[in-house]
Amino acid sequence: MAVGKEIRTKVKSVQNTQKITRAMEMVAASKMRKAQDRMTASRPYAQKIRNVIHHLAQSHPEYKHSYMQDREVKRVGFIVVSSDRGLCGGLNANLFRTTLKSLKEWDAKGVGIDVCTIGSKGTSFFKRLGSNITAETSHLGDAPRINDMFGTIKVMLDAYDNGVIDRLYVVYNEFVSTMAQNPTIDQLLPIEAKEEKEYAHHWDYLYEPEAKEVITDLLTRYVESLVYQAVVENVACEQSARMVAMKAASDNAGDIIDELNLAYNKARQAAITQEISEIVSGAAAV
Amino acid sequence: MAMTMHVDVVSAEEEIFAGPATMLFAPGAMGDLGIMPRHAPLLTRIKPGEVRIVTEQGEEEIVLYVSGGMLEIQPEAVTILADTAQRADDIDEAAALEAKERAEKLLADQKDDIDYAAASAELAEAMAQLQAISRLRKKVGR
Repeated sequence: MAVGKEIRTKVKSVQNTQKITRAMEMVAASKMRKAQDRMTASRPYAQKIRNVIHHLAQSHPEYKHSYMQDREVKRVGFIVVSSDRGLCGGLNANLFRTTLKSLKEWDAKGVGIDVCTIGSKGTSFFKRLGSNITAETSHLGDAPRINDMFGTIKVMLDAYDNGVIDRLYVVYNEFVSTMAQNPTIDQLLPIEAKEEKEYAHHWDYLYEPEAKEVITDLLTRYVESLVYQAVVENVACEQSARMVAMKAASDNAGDIIDELNLAYNKARQAAITQEISEIVSGAAAV
Repeated sequence: MAMTMHVDVVSAEEEIFAGPATMLFAPGAMGDLGIMPRHAPLLTRIKPGEVRIVTEQGEEEIVLYVSGGMLEIQPEAVTILADTAQRADDIDEAAALEAKERAEKLLADQKDDIDYAAASAELAEAMAQLQAISRLRKKVGR
């Protein structure tokens, strides 16, 4: 009996899709756990270096670094951290929307914009947008290495040193929970020193070799660690967003399969009923 | 009891050591440093090499290898911000150039896209003209 062959084929194909989405969900779940671990592992460094900079801001350094001085904004730089792959719900779309809003605000003020992208989704988006992309890094994988980001960061830091850009921001998804990711824009440069109560006694570090070199090194590492943190956090967001999206996809596939099965059974039932009535009426005619 | 200071050794990717120590040796940029509690505040770069930490008990010595980084000393605490890899200006420079090149290449590709768009616009125009001509011909033919 060849009733509803199309429906059966359709069910098969949806089942195959469901298998894939389920597998992706499980893969994302296990990767997410690892990404979260990595995120937590990178926190102590960021915290420690923040402490050191905090101390530095409290001391009275003989040398004031340009990374800590606010200047008039004529051009801003953005480091946009996005994922390399899709199928992670609205994660990248939300991030780009937030970025665009901020870009428009700067644009309205007549401020120029440079963009650096980490992650291929951001690259293709800003390329389409026609933004000025000054550096690009992608395919960092699930366990990003800080070494792979130095290039992109250095391009932006150089631009800041040379006065091409006057502010530097990093855009990434902040990991709130498995269900919630928050597109965030953080200011990297100039480093915002928190207002602190002045210490009564004057003190300063001993610097070896020179204050300038040491402070430059320290602040460069600080910016790098913040970008690294952003990338790691974004990976955790990507995996959890993908897990949630794939779970929703699997559930939807299940619903579709149920509906199709119902339709198939109805069609089958209708065919049987029709056949019986045909036989009955045939018998009655005889 | 011997005086101790708090020592933290962290790298961007993980926490390496945290705990009290009575003494610490580190390869500073200007020469090796031996640090005891109540050292004057000091900020320096460290060279690739080994960091030795003498823990509270005094007998135990922990040896860590760091590939450079920063060392911050406060009277009661020492923080080592270890690098995950050896840093050299020329390597950084090369990486920066590479990132720049990738972006430039992308922008060049974008130009191709624009050319493609321009070409397709020209094509559409040409097709419209051809259509108009053929329509005119039909009219004339009639």
